[in-house]
Amino acid sequence: MKVSCNVDVKHLSRVEGHGNIAIRIEDGQVRQAHWQVVETPRFFEAMLVGKHWENAPVICGRICGICSIGHTLTSIRAVENAFGMVPSRQTRDLRLLLKHMETLQSHVLHLFFLAAPDFLGTGSVFPLIETHPDVVKMAAGIKLLANDACDIIGGRRLHPVRTVVGGFTMLPKKEELEGLLVRLQEVAKDLQTTAELFKTFALPDFVRETEFVSLRGDGVYPFIGGSLISSDGVYRQEEEYRLMTNEYVSETNTSKLSRLSRRSFAVGALARFNNNHCFLYPEAKKVADELGLTAVSHNPFMNNIAQLVECVQVVMESQELIKGLLDRDWQPEREKVTLRAGIGVGAVEVPRGILYHCYEFDHDGRMKKCDCVIPTSQNNANIHHDIEELARQYAANGFADRDIELLAEMLVRSYDPCISCSVH
Amino acid sequence: MAVTTTYLGVPLYRPKVAFFDFTSCEGCQLQVVNNEANLLDFLSLVEVVNFREAMTEKSNDYEIAFVEGSVTREDEVRRLQEIRKNAKILVAFGSCACFGGVNQLKNRFNDLDWVKKEVYGDCPVDTKEAMPLEKYVKVDLHIYGCPVKKEEVEKIVLNVALGKAVNLPKYPVCMECKANGNICLFDIGEPCLGPITRAGCNSWCTNNRFGCWGCRGPAEDANVAQWQKIMRQHNFSRERMLDRLECFGGFDHLIER
Repeated sequence: MKVSCNVDVKHLSRVEGHGNIAIRIEDGQVRQAHWQVVETPRFFEAMLVGKHWENAPVICGRICGICSIGHTLTSIRAVENAFGMVPSRQTRDLRLLLKHMETLQSHVLHLFFLAAPDFLGTGSVFPLIETHPDVVKMAAGIKLLANDACDIIGGRRLHPVRTVVGGFTMLPKKEELEGLLVRLQEVAKDLQTTAELFKTFALPDFVRETEFVSLRGDGVYPFIGGSLISSDGVYRQEEEYRLMTNEYVSETNTSKLSRLSRRSFAVGALARFNNNHCFLYPEAKKVADELGLTAVSHNPFMNNIAQLVECVQVVMESQELIKGLLDRDWQPEREKVTLRAGIGVGAVEVPRGILYHCYEFDHDGRMKKCDCVIPTSQNNANIHHDIEELARQYAANGFADRDIELLAEMLVRSYDPCISCSVH
Repeated sequence: MAVTTTYLGVPLYRPKVAFFDFTSCEGCQLQVVNNEANLLDFLSLVEVVNFREAMTEKSNDYEIAFVEGSVTREDEVRRLQEIRKNAKILVAFGSCACFGGVNQLKNRFNDLDWVKKEVYGDCPVDTKEAMPLEKYVKVDLHIYGCPVKKEEVEKIVLNVALGKAVNLPKYPVCMECKANGNICLFDIGEPCLGPITRAGCNSWCTNNRFGCWGCRGPAEDANVAQWQKIMRQHNFSRERMLDRLECFGGFDHLIER
């Protein structure tokens, strides 16, 4: 057993936003072990009060610089649900394709640019440009395809412009979709190479049992809308999301926190995998098997692997979506919006987990109340308890301070936290 | 400074640059990484010594600081002043840094206690009115946009590296939009701030049939009254005019409330 340890990381690097890690062990006892979010809040939920509905997707998309497409689509879904609008199949397929491409770019950004340097012993991706040029080039290639696809469908890779309530302002050209299809087939091969690389990484063998929350699959691996499920057996409808998130305010964090059946729960790729693995494409299942990911996994470091599995999943499903879109004639891109007073909820699986937006509108379509529950804010309490347990386990095994520090940093990075998002 | 690249046979300085983030979505920084096709060329121009979102190493020895985000808390003021001391050139990077961005929408209530209560209930979290960097420190260069446009960022960084002047367009987005041969959005019933917003984005939104929301702030000599007349002619209410004008904070000094 280690007698003392002092880890103090201010503004952890290679994550989105500002968070601190502190671990203090004295006389063999863990005196303090915490994950603390210190990001400055932006108050989106207040900003929108009194605003016309048209503002919601434009403003709420700005909650996040990585998953702005996810926020925009969730916002649009909440508005459409409030107004009782049901999108056409074409709109649904294009939105899902757009979302898949954001998931791909976000997961690849995290896996290669933020997480991989830890496993390859560097402080950033920049030295890897010299030492692993093929890997960096391949990762950039996958990201480029995903971002190009977001440009083609959403009009812009960050803060999309074609996505509106009722559908799209413009549709992609069919030739552009055909081009994407060819590139997706190439990327499927690159993901095999990625899987081979990740097989060589030694993921820490750390386990802490927790609860996993995600959308509930119904024949397909779910991403946009539907009912909610937890691995502890809680089952709710989309509009009952508050019973799933139970947000509370903590004095030491600027992020709100969540709990359900236990003192914390997890959302994200690992939660989706654990709850819905039976709906994965065989190609995605194969990668999970090869990398030793089996449900229900309680090792948070396996979220990296679950993200890789999802990359395969979204690349497979995107090809099917494009083939379907190419087979059918284009329908009108945008449906007319009819206002009505009411409340609408949108639940969407964005890269870091399930995201909820809930809006209440008056008869003129002005926002009376706005609530956004972010994946990382749902994860923050779970990260905190993981760090406590990690400190306990690794201190008991006599690990050095710097090893515990690195492991704690890697643990937080495994969740791929989006901290400014969590403190929207 | 390491000299590694040449331009027209002349050795090129490779300035040390640092990226910093304040209250924001960090999307503008991400635009730099989102630049897969020529990221490596970009990196050959500069030496990145600070970029928390992408690297663990850090240094206070830098010449150009790219600062994203608006200022909303006292500790941010101090951190920004520290950066100002270290940097030869401080760049306000993106609309939040230039104008306060969407974050300044909370200022319009003139009641921070209500704002805090609306979001955090009885456990309020510290915040000030969201302000652009210029409120607290001298800013040498503005890069507008929500998000910034990476092609424009590259051009500006190249000019700074070469010691050339940086000239931003003075004319409005409307000119770029016309040059791009787009249908005028007013003709298909969409409101648009393109006639008075500063160009430089190559009419990014309107190329996609999405009306301009003014993220780059006003063009020089923007004729707001004339724009309001166009909006009225197309039956857009005063409220929808205000939505556009106040969204990113750039038109704040031109709004008659």
